[in-house]
Amino acid sequence: MNIQTQPDEPISQVHGHATLVTAEGVAMSFAGRLILSGVDLAVNRGEIVTLIGLNGSGKSTLARILLGLLQPDAGRVWRAAQLRLGYVPQALTIDPALPLTVRRFLTLGGPVADDLMVSTLSEVGLSGSLGAQVAQLSGGELHRAMLARALLRRPDFLVLDEPMSGVDVAGQGQLYKLIETIRDTYNCGVLLISHDLHVVMAATDRVVCLNHHICCTGRPEAIVGDPEFRALFGAAVADQLALYHHHHDHAHDPDGGVVPLEMGLGVGRYEAGGHDGHAHD
Amino acid sequence: MLRALLGGIGVAGVAGPLGCFVIWRHMVYFGAALAHSALLGVALGLALGLPADLGIAVLCLSMALGFLVLDRSRLVTSDTLLGILAHGSLALGLLALALVEGLRVDLMSYLFGDILALDQIDLLVIYGLMALVLGVLLVYWRPLLSVTVDEDLARVEGLATGRLKFLFTILMAIVIAIGMKVVGILMVISLLIIPAATARRLAVSPEGMALAAASCGAVSVILGLLGSYWWDLPSGAAIVAAAAGLFLLSLGIPERLARLIIS
Repeated sequence: MNIQTQPDEPISQVHGHATLVTAEGVAMSFAGRLILSGVDLAVNRGEIVTLIGLNGSGKSTLARILLGLLQPDAGRVWRAAQLRLGYVPQALTIDPALPLTVRRFLTLGGPVADDLMVSTLSEVGLSGSLGAQVAQLSGGELHRAMLARALLRRPDFLVLDEPMSGVDVAGQGQLYKLIETIRDTYNCGVLLISHDLHVVMAATDRVVCLNHHICCTGRPEAIVGDPEFRALFGAAVADQLALYHHHHDHAHDPDGGVVPLEMGLGVGRYEAGGHDGHAHD
Repeated sequence: MLRALLGGIGVAGVAGPLGCFVIWRHMVYFGAALAHSALLGVALGLALGLPADLGIAVLCLSMALGFLVLDRSRLVTSDTLLGILAHGSLALGLLALALVEGLRVDLMSYLFGDILALDQIDLLVIYGLMALVLGVLLVYWRPLLSVTVDEDLARVEGLATGRLKFLFTILMAIVIAIGMKVVGILMVISLLIIPAATARRLAVSPEGMALAAASCGAVSVILGLLGSYWWDLPSGAAIVAAAAGLFLLSLGIPERLARLIIS
């Protein structure tokens, strides 16, 4: 997975990782309403960036700009050349009149070998559903199918828009673990969008708090103490924030050392706020 | 009668698969609006001394583009805008036909179709254009399907979605311009969507649904023309009624039988 950089793109090295996507001074407005202004953001390979903010704070818009689905009114966006994008949108509505199996859904972007589809589906916890009709999947299952479709492209940059919505707390822990495993297995940069301020995973390398502009950014432990964060969401919310600490029992190097835990229907081990060693399964 | 059969089956064979996309993409009203504007195309074509078919095709395309531009203003919702365009252009077409002097147009044949009047040149035009549409559909089948399922995902995966949607609009304009020879301006959209809707019960894959839609359309044409021949029914209406009847029948097919037909 070589990322070639075009001459006009900055070859920046942050934390020793190649930069995949950079936004500089991005501004966007819809029908006279300013959605984003002066946003700077970079996502590097091997990094999980969580974008949090209230509803309507411009999170999805920023993600769509980074993906190239929207053109910003002002500012610049760089994407590394030949960057493979993976995108899991918040929702997908497939017309019930369209008969489409999961197999066909996964191959809409191009032909894929059967065993690769099977292994990717089991990776995201959707084993044995290759022949199922997409219209009959539940919301959570459809999300996993979309994640599988994104992973089949072996993405360099993976955007997950509100993957936690509609998932219960136990499932969220598993999903966080899955996202971490994906980052390690695929060695990609992950942009995770969340409006759930109460649960921010510790595996996040950076939390970016968005309120039309970037109001603060940093390690999850640090951000809850940020005055602007406390002003925006209230001190009570900030104090209640439960940080999910994962067992960092594997190295983050791109090849080897990583034992992918059984995900999805398997056990997601995490510790919640002070309950050290307490495993949920 | 043979020419009518051949022409009708040729159109239905392409209208079915294309109609599947019209259903999946929720573009039924868009297609109806395109068809309604065709009368204005007939008037303009005749006034300028051009073939009516060319006038229809050009106007359908300009209507499609006009809609895309107007729809960006977001003052009214798309379906309101389509309603305005459909009936505004139909009224303009009727006015234009009335105002162009010395023009004797068989209005009924445009509004309700005149499949029995197809001549050999019509047949050549129908089969030529339908082969073209079918060929383009086959070549762009997977990209079109991908854009239909989700445009954002298709774009992230590198498809030129804008161009694909424009291509689809052109295909729709062609099939509608040809289809109105069979069942007329007012009913042409039914030739696309009713067989496709009937096919839904009989299909588990997009391709299966397209094939079933083509077959249902062809059967509707045959039944309609037989009815027209035996009982002297208006042919266009008989074809659409046959298609609607098949749709009702398909609703009554028991689940087990539907699966049997599929396999």
